[in-house]
Amino acid sequence: MKEATILIYDGSFNGFLTSIFKAFDEQICIADIQKNKVAQRGLFSQNETVFTNVSQAKRVWNGIQKKSNTAIKNVYFAFLSEHSGIEMNLYYYIRKLFATNQKVYTDYTDETMLKITQLAKSVGREKHRMEAFVRFQKTKDDIYFANIEPDFDVLPLISKHFRSRYADQQWLIYDVKRKYGIFYDLNSVQIISLDLSEIHTNKLQRNDIFTSDEYEYQNMWNNYFKNTNIKSRINRKLHTQHVPKRYWKYLSEKKEAV
Amino acid sequence: MSFERVREKLNILADAAKYDVSCSSSGSSRTNTSNGLGNSTGMGICHSYTEDGRCVSLLKILLTNHCIFDCAYCVTRKSNDIKRAAFKIQEVVDLTINFYRRNYIEGLFLSSGIFKSADYTMERLIAVAKKLRLEENFNGYIHLKSIPGASDDLMREAGLWADRLSVNIEIPTISGLKLLAPDKRHDDFIKPMLKVKNEIIQYKAEKKLIKSTPKYAPAGQSTQMIIGATGESDKDIMYSATYYYKNYNMKRVYYSGYVPVAEDARLPSLGTQVPMLRENRLYQTDWLLRFYGFSVGEILTEKQPNLDITVDPKLSWALRNYHQFPVNINTADRRTLARVPGIGMRSVSKIINARRFRKLNWEHLKKIGIALNRAKYFVICESKEWLRDDLEPELIKNLIIKNSQSKFRGNYSSQLSLFN
Repeated sequence: MKEATILIYDGSFNGFLTSIFKAFDEQICIADIQKNKVAQRGLFSQNETVFTNVSQAKRVWNGIQKKSNTAIKNVYFAFLSEHSGIEMNLYYYIRKLFATNQKVYTDYTDETMLKITQLAKSVGREKHRMEAFVRFQKTKDDIYFANIEPDFDVLPLISKHFRSRYADQQWLIYDVKRKYGIFYDLNSVQIISLDLSEIHTNKLQRNDIFTSDEYEYQNMWNNYFKNTNIKSRINRKLHTQHVPKRYWKYLSEKKEAV
Repeated sequence: MSFERVREKLNILADAAKYDVSCSSSGSSRTNTSNGLGNSTGMGICHSYTEDGRCVSLLKILLTNHCIFDCAYCVTRKSNDIKRAAFKIQEVVDLTINFYRRNYIEGLFLSSGIFKSADYTMERLIAVAKKLRLEENFNGYIHLKSIPGASDDLMREAGLWADRLSVNIEIPTISGLKLLAPDKRHDDFIKPMLKVKNEIIQYKAEKKLIKSTPKYAPAGQSTQMIIGATGESDKDIMYSATYYYKNYNMKRVYYSGYVPVAEDARLPSLGTQVPMLRENRLYQTDWLLRFYGFSVGEILTEKQPNLDITVDPKLSWALRNYHQFPVNINTADRRTLARVPGIGMRSVSKIINARRFRKLNWEHLKKIGIALNRAKYFVICESKEWLRDDLEPELIKNLIIKNSQSKFRGNYSSQLSLFN
């Protein structure tokens, strides 16, 4: 019997797809697929490091996409959930996908199929939420700046939306939790990593890096937000259901409530 | 511009506009041409929610709250003693653009009190939309109110710049309208609606031949009715909603529980509770009609002119038609599955997909996300146990109510609360 192997990859999606390629190509008996930051040695298995290979990753991507667009979307979205053990779930998902010609990804009676679908759904929901909850603040050097702290790693997913919507202004969206951001310089969107020491949430105190008009507009937005509320219909439960409290500190209209 | 003054106007004119329910920003498609500002992709985005739980998607304001009409149900009616204000066109444009750039909103919803005449008002609304599109290169969502009585030429132009147009019918019955808004004629509402409908039909036909036909109100038109102001029945409301959906190709009809804004003998007095539960049941019915293949005659009849407040309309229908159940989850067609209480359209699709692989049992259904607390009385699946020991519908209803925790329960439960 072949010895089981733990594949260790760099944590990127391409790295993960390369691992899948390797597993199929070399017909390895996989014990686990782990990110190099969190890798643990197994007692009865050997470790093998996977070097990310974009063309191999591309082949896996195309292979899944050929099976179904829904499936590739589910795989990518579920991967971004950063759920522990997601790699093995996806490995199982992909193996099953390639095993038959049936639309197995709609077999919701299979636990893994349902789980991946549901995870992809949650990530999609978070993506949509971030498209809604980003609040840009205009800096003195004409960059619209926003902080976010999403539950999942959705920056790669929202970049296209903001690129096509705000094509005529420079903007920067920074993920406070994962310490990287996407920056649009009027030509293209780039991933930038910076370690911001100060988190510029929509604080009550003013900050010098933003224009003074910025605070006027925030103020007006807050006023608008208050005046559009109908007091006799108050429903705080529904309110927090739609705008969960963990996002409040990044929303200028809720800053007084934090 | 003076921020101080604009803020003051914004407060007054946002406050007056909030009774318009519609806030949808979906259903349109505009791509961002030539690296301008904004787009709309068909899917709306709710950027925030007010404390009453309603979505904030558009900057919803009146151009002015000066009005020559005196409709009893309206805050901005002529005889009401309130602060009046009016935006300049440029102020609305600046506000919209600056809010949009900060990702606060999807676009603008501009309505207005009627000053001077219908056409004069409509012209001003159009001017704002036109300026946004042409001068600011703005491709976000614009919802304009069609002013009752506006001329056909203006309605034609409005649709060229706006994504959605709407006239609020407000009072579902003609007699109610006579009572509460004596200066308004029913025909004045209908006229712009009809024009917009015909333009949309024409646009769709021309679009097939010439691809570059300029867009005309791509998100269609909508209307709104006030609930609980004139003592109309649910049947009156839903039948007229169906009429507007059918004859004017409405994208949406909104139902707005009447919020008392004035002391008037013709209306519920100040402090009367807003009929939110009733409103909710009406929306549920609306969904059943639009997505679940029900016809209005199945839900509301001469004998049953009002909806059951205690249970949702689909459950209420199922209890009345208990002879059509149980439904077999593993063989029933899409239409039949959609009629089972506790199963929504998404679950219907999931069931149909999943049952290709194996027969579904209770465990599967639960995991897929069906509300078994209701559905279990109406279905059979791959299992020997089911709960249909020929229960009477009335008993089932009581069991469901007893075992559920509706947020509205307090509104109709006769059970006294221990701590109040």
